[in-house]
Amino acid sequence: MANNTAPAEKSSLRAWVPAVALGWLIPGGGHFLLKRSGRGALLLGSVLIMFLLGLMMRGAMFQPQTGDILTTVIYTGGFIGDLCSGLLYLLSIWLGYAQPDVAGHVHDYGTKFLVAAGLLNILAMVDVYEIATGKKD
Amino acid sequence: MPKMNFVSHFEAALIFALFCSIVLGVVSKRTDRERLMYGLRCFAYFMGSVFVIGWLMFLGHR
Repeated sequence: MANNTAPAEKSSLRAWVPAVALGWLIPGGGHFLLKRSGRGALLLGSVLIMFLLGLMMRGAMFQPQTGDILTTVIYTGGFIGDLCSGLLYLLSIWLGYAQPDVAGHVHDYGTKFLVAAGLLNILAMVDVYEIATGKKD
Repeated sequence: MPKMNFVSHFEAALIFALFCSIVLGVVSKRTDRERLMYGLRCFAYFMGSVFVIGWLMFLGHR
């Protein structure tokens, strides 16, 4: 029994892991891999524009912090949200983007745009997972 | 990278609502028509919330 389920689990993993990983690195990439180009282009455009607007508004990137529960949730959650933008986040960090958190509504919106871009990419990754596993057409 | 220091609260909320609605529409529902209608509905809800919360804050600060 275990011998039969192991290859099935392996092939199931092979069906969704590359698509979800590509979807994390490049927003919409998983959809392109699964031949959903139109939806992939809309996701790529939306996440990319949100992220670029966040950078142009000089939003701050979150760094994980622990302390009281609110600090942990905001800073660690924000860091995970930023990280979910994939290559956009990694490239901006590698290219030296390090905006300090300063007062002002535009900077504040920028920080939220950067996190929201990552959160929207999580939705796209869940969609890719459902398509790859056949839960959605 | 050009700076963008001129955006107002309303413009930022409008841009935010637009792109969130596009993604919510794309990842949900089954047919393209349903996705379009859901995206439009989400955008309307976002903008409706902006006006309602905006007026509440305005009246609350009088």
